[in-house]
Amino acid sequence: MIKLPYYPGCTLKTSAKNFEISAIESAKILDIELIELPRWNCCGTVFSLTSDDLIHHIAPIRNLIRVQEMNGNGIVKDEHRLVTLCSMCYNTLKRANLRVKENPDDFKKINDLMYLEEDYNGNVEVIHFLELLKKTGFEKVKEKVKKPLKNLKIAPYYGCMLLRPKEVGIDDPEDPTIQAELLESLGAEVIDNPYKKVCCGSYQTVQDKYVVSELTYDILTHAQREGAFAITTSCPLCAFNLDNRQKEVKEKHQDFKQIPVFYFTQLMAIAFGLGEKYCSFDLNYINPRPLLIDKKLL
Amino acid sequence: MIKKIVISSENVKFLDKINELSGETVTLCDQCGVCSGSCPMISEMDITPSQMMRKVQLGQMDVMDSKAMWLCASCFACTVRCPRGLDLSKVAEALRQVKLRQAIDHIDIKKIPENEINRLPQIALISSFRKFTG
Repeated sequence: MIKLPYYPGCTLKTSAKNFEISAIESAKILDIELIELPRWNCCGTVFSLTSDDLIHHIAPIRNLIRVQEMNGNGIVKDEHRLVTLCSMCYNTLKRANLRVKENPDDFKKINDLMYLEEDYNGNVEVIHFLELLKKTGFEKVKEKVKKPLKNLKIAPYYGCMLLRPKEVGIDDPEDPTIQAELLESLGAEVIDNPYKKVCCGSYQTVQDKYVVSELTYDILTHAQREGAFAITTSCPLCAFNLDNRQKEVKEKHQDFKQIPVFYFTQLMAIAFGLGEKYCSFDLNYINPRPLLIDKKLL
Repeated sequence: MIKKIVISSENVKFLDKINELSGETVTLCDQCGVCSGSCPMISEMDITPSQMMRKVQLGQMDVMDSKAMWLCASCFACTVRCPRGLDLSKVAEALRQVKLRQAIDHIDIKKIPENEINRLPQIALISSFRKFTG
């Protein structure tokens, strides 16, 4: 079993608990143990984009120090990778790490600001769980499949934070395929469509839910027109906008047919034969169970 | 009729400030419009992202009265496509920050309905407050 430091972030402990549980249990099937970072703190959710705003990079960098500490006290052995699941956490941690590595002055200032903390040494590598799966090999994933997702037409949705900007993207920003490769190895039929990388409206959902629900309508109906039965995502904010905001979509578009939105790890758990025990489908807004029962996967 | 645009020292100062805060050289924008064609929020905006860039180039501070800079969701769709290598998300953030640093918030937390507060995930609330409050 490979032991890897893992950063959950705030939403994976509440409304996206279904993401966390399904990921941790699916990882075990692949001989990967995700060990939660001790004393982790909120990453800030968004990477601060102004040149003079250093204070907001402290939260993400402090989490990277925790990875050093895990190595120091033997929880992990010479393991400098930090695994993330939430796309926004991934983006924020990775960009903050990059910023200090590329700017020695910022690096020094941030370490000075946290003078009672151990200095960050700049050696941590922030990775996304999907990258880890790719590195493990989708062939290996395929070997572990007990219940292939046969006849399940899935449109993977990537959103923004896994792909952009280029320096932190895990795949081609214009034509990503990493989720498709995973879903194929699980036996699903992948539905490709250009809306897979179009923003869901992100945090605008707080200010104006109807701005977001129009984007949701576009993203989902394009996937449906191509024949998708469900969508997958790796971001709890995308999941909220694509799943829960279907309530608002329905208010504006009576013709709209609701569609389940999965975290990709929930489908891994099903395909690995773990059943729904680790899927917490009660947290999905549109109930995905009827679809899975129909395809004889439950 | 000839329309004359006068660029004052005030205008130049504003451009310099946005360049400094964003870390970008806004004058590099040649107004090709790829950003506007890539923006998922364009239908809601009053001015397009390329118009936002033009206004900053000219140092026109009324750009900060636009809805566009607040509607930018920092999705970086324009950033990966700009042929001049400019990061418009950083420019929009710089503009928002100039406003927010006057302690003028763009969101009134008290006005978010209670049922929405209970429904929204933390990730939505935190990112919204990070972007819309000073």
